[in-house]
Amino acid sequence: MIGSAMLYALSGVVLFGMGIYALLAYPNLLRKVLGMNVMGAGVFMVLIASAYRGGDAPPDPVPHALVITGIVVAVCATGLALTLATRIHAITGAAQLTADEEDSA
Amino acid sequence: MRKIPDNDDVRLTAGRALILGMALALTLGLAAVALTFPEDQPRLAQIALQRVPESGVNNPVTAVLLNFRGYDTLLEVAVLFLAIIGIWSMARTARVWIKRPDTPILGAFVRFVVPLMAIVAGYLLWLGADEPGGAFQGGAVLGGMVILWIAAAVWLPKRDGRALLRPLLAIGLAAFLLAATWMLLVRGNFFEYPPEQAKDLILLIEGAAMLSIGATLALLFVGGAPEEEEIG
Repeated sequence: MIGSAMLYALSGVVLFGMGIYALLAYPNLLRKVLGMNVMGAGVFMVLIASAYRGGDAPPDPVPHALVITGIVVAVCATGLALTLATRIHAITGAAQLTADEEDSA
Repeated sequence: MRKIPDNDDVRLTAGRALILGMALALTLGLAAVALTFPEDQPRLAQIALQRVPESGVNNPVTAVLLNFRGYDTLLEVAVLFLAIIGIWSMARTARVWIKRPDTPILGAFVRFVVPLMAIVAGYLLWLGADEPGGAFQGGAVLGGMVILWIAAAVWLPKRDGRALLRPLLAIGLAAFLLAATWMLLVRGNFFEYPPEQAKDLILLIEGAAMLSIGATLALLFVGGAPEEEEIG
């Protein structure tokens, strides 16, 4: 049977898949940043669930410590990404990446 | 400045169907890995939990964060610092970017709740030694407190405030590095705290890190190097 930790891990995997789709499929930078955040949330859920392997043993503190710092680092990465996107918007007038003049059509 | 029409069409095209298929395949593959993950492998948990009594704190997560994997956490605090440097070098705050709220309720609420949040942050920091809590949780509360302050236009970071903000942003990383280097000189190993001093060192590092984390999170919200502000 699927236990609650496994359900948590599988939900994390689904979030990761949804996030990576948004990151790759949409050109809009805000959508990419949001997709990246959803991916990150999925990774955190898998890490939290992985601490509960090994039956009745107490949860593994190592992945939990990684997630605590990871959340704050993810917020910082998001802030930096949003500032980059704002700069791109200020310089090119677009909310998306444009490789070349002819690509942007 | 060229104006490019924003393409925010989210319809499913052939290219997106391909990406969707690949994302789906990846998800299924990862799910299969998760389902077949071995249950009873030798884990770091046993080593970590056994040595918690030597770490100076009773909460295993704090022991891992500030003692066993202190190097890792040091680098994460450095990442926060680098993120703010990156943002400050790319952007300035707009001249008018926040409106003074046209109701007195928000200001009064903020004045009431901000001291409480400061106490909660300090309590979370202290609690981290025994229960879930610590520098990152306390820092998040502090960051939220300053954001409330800013949103209510009670306080705004000014250009001349940078002299205060810079040391506040750096103190967490500085305390961490100093403690680690001091231990290198005294004990011969980077990040090796003697058990009898571990609790004090961890509290000192966490206190400094909490201030830096709180300041970093609040300044991420501001989104640029503080300039002279006008409140609209």
